Amino acid sequence: MIVLAIDTSNQPLSLAVVKDDAVMGELTLNIKRNHSIQAMTAVESLLATLDLSADQIERIVVAKGPGSYTGVRIGVTLAKTLAWSLKIPLVGVSSLLSLSWPGKQFDGIVSPIMNARRGRVYTGLYTFDETWVELEEDRNLSMEEWLDLLADREEAVLFCGADVDVFWEQIQARLGDRAKRVSESEEVPRMAEMAIYASELADEDVHEFVPNYIRMAEAEVNWLKEQEKNNG
Amino acid sequence: MTNKTMILGIETSCDETAAAVIRGGNEIVSSVISSQIESHKRFGGVVPEIASRHHVEQMTLVVEKALEQASCSMDDIDAIAVTEGPGLVGALIIGVNAAKALAFAHQKPLVGVHHIAGHIYANRLVTEMQFPLLSLVVSGGHTELVLMREHGSFEVIGETRDDAAGEAYDKVARTIGLPYPGGPHIDRLAHEGTPSIKLPRAWLEEGSYDFSFSGLKSAVINTLHNAEQRGEDIDVKDLAASFQDSVIDVLTEKTKRAAQEYGVKQVLLAGGVAANKGLRSRLTDMFDEMDGVELVIPPLSLCTDNAAMIAAAGAVHFEQGRRSSLGMNANPGLELK
Ligand SMILES: [Zn+2]
Repeated sequence: MIVLAIDTSNQPLSLAVVKDDAVMGELTLNIKRNHSIQAMTAVESLLATLDLSADQIERIVVAKGPGSYTGVRIGVTLAKTLAWSLKIPLVGVSSLLSLSWPGKQFDGIVSPIMNARRGRVYTGLYTFDETWVELEEDRNLSMEEWLDLLADREEAVLFCGADVDVFWEQIQARLGDRAKRVSESEEVPRMAEMAIYASELADEDVHEFVPNYIRMAEAEVNWLKEQEKNNG
Repeated sequence: MTNKTMILGIETSCDETAAAVIRGGNEIVSSVISSQIESHKRFGGVVPEIASRHHVEQMTLVVEKALEQASCSMDDIDAIAVTEGPGLVGALIIGVNAAKALAFAHQKPLVGVHHIAGHIYANRLVTEMQFPLLSLVVSGGHTELVLMREHGSFEVIGETRDDAAGEAYDKVARTIGLPYPGGPHIDRLAHEGTPSIKLPRAWLEEGSYDFSFSGLKSAVINTLHNAEQRGEDIDVKDLAASFQDSVIDVLTEKTKRAAQEYGVKQVLLAGGVAANKGLRSRLTDMFDEMDGVELVIPPLSLCTDNAAMIAAAGAVHFEQGRRSSLGMNANPGLELK
């Protein structure tokens, strides 16, 4: 089974081709360049390098969010369209989990972090015990609230992703030595890990599959507030 | 062009997710449009983030329907045409990336299409084009006069310097308190009123084919506010009729002058505002009197955004050898040429 995995949720682009749980090729780009330009050509060149044609792909795995709304949509659109038109199954994985791979060997819990601005983060809580286990669902909340929750758990926490930098002082001030962070070279997502992990996951309905934005569109939030005001 | 060329068109530049299959450059085999207008109504206009979210939900469904209704598969398609720009960037990105994935998965040529070229080529789905021709493009985002001397060549001889005509319609409608989208409401009210209120017409410099509607829009808003302050009642029907009269005067007069100057054989009306009854009837009367110029107005379903028009323009580009790479990006500021 040949699996193509795609993550375009944030600045890094991670692609992987995995055959029967062994990595055939993996490609990571971490430059400020629009995924809308580079993602499809990167898939094309990775497959060409591996001497594979599109119709040899048997499954698609995609990071479904959270992340940059546009970024996530690019990966999901490519994945949905490839899966639908090649008539192959599609699997979505958390974009936060795709940042969490360095936590595989970590004795403790893993908190991937994406900066959601204004002191807020996208995060979730995972641990690796033969496979990935989700302890706390992906969410969007203030870093302060998240640290309250982690402080209560009294375990060592590995923080993953490049955005940890923004919050590191705040994290250390609250959790002290229990807080660990990945090294700089481990800050990028790795879809090879996700392609292998996803072999345990159920296929999505391709047409129905949508990104997990976690947040409503701002206009919708404002509209709901307005409705509430008017109703009472 | 062989009569069998099959083009799959994809359009996501604003709030319609659309796919279509056309044969031979001018025959619609299928055309599917998923409109989001209901979801944007409560916001009083198109919200880009919400439009983009809808496109992701609809994209594969719409393409599947278009192929199903055309009783064909990707194997029967010769090329994929997609709107490259202009439009909402987040919305365009969905169509562009879906088209790239299809082109890659099935090793098909990819052709990027300018949205306005699409609107103009909607006419080819009605009748064969005769060159030179002049196209008046009027929509929510565009007001342009485009001269075409041959297939695939576009010369913008006039364009709006501020608001597009459709934009002015929507803003005036909002001021009067009409629901979104306001254009059709103004058109309807205009037919019930008389153009009795004096409003400006922006002719600009002598010989210019450019347009400007922001002055007119402000004049309408001022007229309403002044009347309000004086406690007078203004008949909104008369106001709508006067506003529409001013817009149509400028549009049709400039179109007529350009048609004469360039000695065109055809005048094509393109874009969503082509649905406007007032504009249609005035142009019809005007060109009835002009010998040797054929006026072409596509049916309403082809005036608003659709993918058949994108496929029609794409068919010509494809035939002329234009190809886009998998590195093509959505280009919200794409120029027509
Ligand atoms: Zn349009």
